[in-house]
Amino acid sequence: MTAQAVVTGLGVVAPNGLGTEEYWAATLAGTSGLGPVTRFDAGSYPSRIAGEVPDFVPEEHIPSRLLPQTDHMTRLALAAADWAVEDAAVDPAALDEYGMGVVTAASGGGVEYGQRELQQLWSRGKEYVSAYQSFAWFYAVNTGQISIRHKMRGPSGVLVTEQAGGLDTLGHARRHVRHGIPLVVSGGVDGALCPWGWVAQISTGRLSTADDPDRAYLPFTDQASGYVPGEGGAVLLVEDAEAAKARGAERIYGEIAGYAATFDPRPGSGRPPGLRRAVEEALADARVTAAEVDVVFADAAGVPELDRAEADALTEVFGPYGVPVTAPKTMTGRLFGGGASLDVATALLSLRDGVVPPTANVTAPADGCALDLVTGSAREAPLRTALVLARGYGGFNAAMVVRRV
Amino acid sequence: MTWQSRAKQVPQGGDGSSDFHSEQDSSGPAGDEQGGPAMTRRVAITGLGVVAPGGIGVKAYWEMLTAGRSATRIITHFDASPFRSRVAAECDFDPEAAGLSPQEIRRMDRAAQFAVVSAREALADSGIEADTYEPTRIGATLGNAVGCTTSLEREYVVVSDGGRKWNVDHEYAVPDLYRHFVPSSMVGELAWTAGAEGPAAMVSTGCTSGLDALGHAAELIREGSADMVITGATEAPISPITSACFDAIHATTPRNDDPEHASRPFDRTRNGLVLGEGAATLILEDLEHARRRGAHVYAEIAGFASRCNAHHMTGLKPDGREMAEAIDVALAQARIDPSAVDYVNAHGSSTKMNDRHETAAFKRSLGHHAYSTPVSSIKSMIGHSLGAIGGLEAAACALAIEHGVLPPTANLTEPDPECDLDYIPLHARERRTDVVLSVGSGFGGFQTALVLARPERSSR
Repeated sequence: MTAQAVVTGLGVVAPNGLGTEEYWAATLAGTSGLGPVTRFDAGSYPSRIAGEVPDFVPEEHIPSRLLPQTDHMTRLALAAADWAVEDAAVDPAALDEYGMGVVTAASGGGVEYGQRELQQLWSRGKEYVSAYQSFAWFYAVNTGQISIRHKMRGPSGVLVTEQAGGLDTLGHARRHVRHGIPLVVSGGVDGALCPWGWVAQISTGRLSTADDPDRAYLPFTDQASGYVPGEGGAVLLVEDAEAAKARGAERIYGEIAGYAATFDPRPGSGRPPGLRRAVEEALADARVTAAEVDVVFADAAGVPELDRAEADALTEVFGPYGVPVTAPKTMTGRLFGGGASLDVATALLSLRDGVVPPTANVTAPADGCALDLVTGSAREAPLRTALVLARGYGGFNAAMVVRRV
Repeated sequence: MTWQSRAKQVPQGGDGSSDFHSEQDSSGPAGDEQGGPAMTRRVAITGLGVVAPGGIGVKAYWEMLTAGRSATRIITHFDASPFRSRVAAECDFDPEAAGLSPQEIRRMDRAAQFAVVSAREALADSGIEADTYEPTRIGATLGNAVGCTTSLEREYVVVSDGGRKWNVDHEYAVPDLYRHFVPSSMVGELAWTAGAEGPAAMVSTGCTSGLDALGHAAELIREGSADMVITGATEAPISPITSACFDAIHATTPRNDDPEHASRPFDRTRNGLVLGEGAATLILEDLEHARRRGAHVYAEIAGFASRCNAHHMTGLKPDGREMAEAIDVALAQARIDPSAVDYVNAHGSSTKMNDRHETAAFKRSLGHHAYSTPVSSIKSMIGHSLGAIGGLEAAACALAIEHGVLPPTANLTEPDPECDLDYIPLHARERRTDVVLSVGSGFGGFQTALVLARPERSSR
């Protein structure tokens, strides 16, 4: 019999809320965390709005010896992992060390740390490069640091699929659970709010250049003109349902019921894109029909062509206006490896409270976009099953079904 | 009962062997982590491609490894004179001669170029045609530790005007900057090369990335998410920032006066790793599919496990405990008794800490058999290419099974008395090889073990 993978703990760091309940309250209220960039001087760049995590004082969350060796996004990840473990009331010291794994998503690594050390090397010389640079910037850093902090020695991993990574890691965590690992700390916390990360994204032409934070990221609308980057994400504690019960877990947010990942064909091949297939395979994997899905958390690229492709995929599977769709990431910006994990956490909170958070700032979908987009204010509804979509730059698609148990 | 103790109770060999070859039986080596109820699908390696220092292509690579020739030399990619360690194992790689188009060369970082060139060789080697598999049933995974480092550093220098500007200049950014910034673009190239539309992911677990990408790929086939996976690993890290990083922690060797003998795993005089670069691609298929189409099968991926030492981002404890755990679980999953291991491809990074750590791990896992099992490190010849090395080592392991020849540990002339196993010094050895264990160890604390085996090996 296949083990059931359930989520028993959440740790959220988001631009509109530090901590799960703070984030959830802000999200339901439609409170956005987007604003002018303060982390660096963005005045010379065409894009100047971001979702920064406010009021995060690293010294309050991270042991001082870790400060010189961690990028900002790793500090956020360590805090989120602490909170997820705490939320699940797990005492790692009391569990089998090889029965706990860590799987995280990455996209650009510790970019701000990396920029600082590149600058040291090129402006001052190689003897000024930090002894920690070798691992502080690299993609595996969050998994390594979290495993060390909680003494988790089980199977661990790091997946890089740009914004799809937040789902791919949770899908991978479920694999580990199915192979007999009782507990996996998983998800993504990410961010690259420094000039180097900013310029890399500007080069895609997909960054919003609007200066009004409430008008900068408007997916599925006629005004869509790109996305706003943010930082943060969510760490989720994924457990084998039996193991969670055996240790007396107090709370089960829901089950990772279905997951699938696909890759788009090479442009010009004439073959259909992979997003719809990811949705259909995830539903089949969860053994649910489209009609049983109560809400969809969209990828919501904010780029007209990509929005259209997602709306088409959803319409093909669910029919026109066939299912409530929301994109609360309009309040956080796109969080790279962290975004889809945060969406899964949000979906689980929606299931818990029977309420769908709004797509803030969006008033009406574009003409021809046949989505029942939840706009304005949160919508109450009995919810059992949610679908989360994510796409990663270059052709990655992922879909995940979570269900109340 | 804890998970760990269950893992220890798996029958290894003996009673597990009766159903091992039964084609119609649902038992195979691809069980769950405990070696419990096994799943049907077995995973075959049916194609290989390599870009390595000292040899582009599988043939040149294998000739070099079995000749015991080292490809390490003084760095030519950039002026390394300011650095403490100036040695590396570089690929003599001409992207144009290797078949890449001008646009591909412009678009791809050197690491992506390596990956695509090795992927084309592997696909041709496998005999897979465009219509052999439905694209949606093909997956892609790629191991890589440090992304498109070379391109990123080159572009950083331009947009920062030589490190002068913190507010780097977006007007000098190349159009492909974001493709270099998110290394997942490289697995995208691999997927396009194979026409893969199934699950795709870059696996980035530092120096175990290569082995972990293979394990991930094998899992996609076992669980039924794909029938074929193009997998492998690539890295092109030889760049000033990488040298600066390793200099800062004295990880790389300062043996600049004797570059061709600088990588000396298990030798008393070794004093640090030698950076390398390269790529390997392996074509994995569901064994039954592969047999039905009459494919040549190099080996089967019989077992895989990874563990974390949760100790230190760069340090290792001398007891080798977590690596041993990974080995135990991988062998249990393969239902192979430790005494049946014919060859161990070591991590052998040419640092004292590593060499002792894994020697201890082999003794813990293989017991007395460790002393009679040949072990070698090909990093003595091709250096340590970080995320790529696991793929290159797995390719070498598949070739060892194919040819019955074990590559040596080059430059091992004065054995470290603390490392007292048979490390196949200097010269390759002929030996029929059915079961190979390959291990990796990396920054972040990752410890990985992969078991490759001849699918039709005799019962154990």
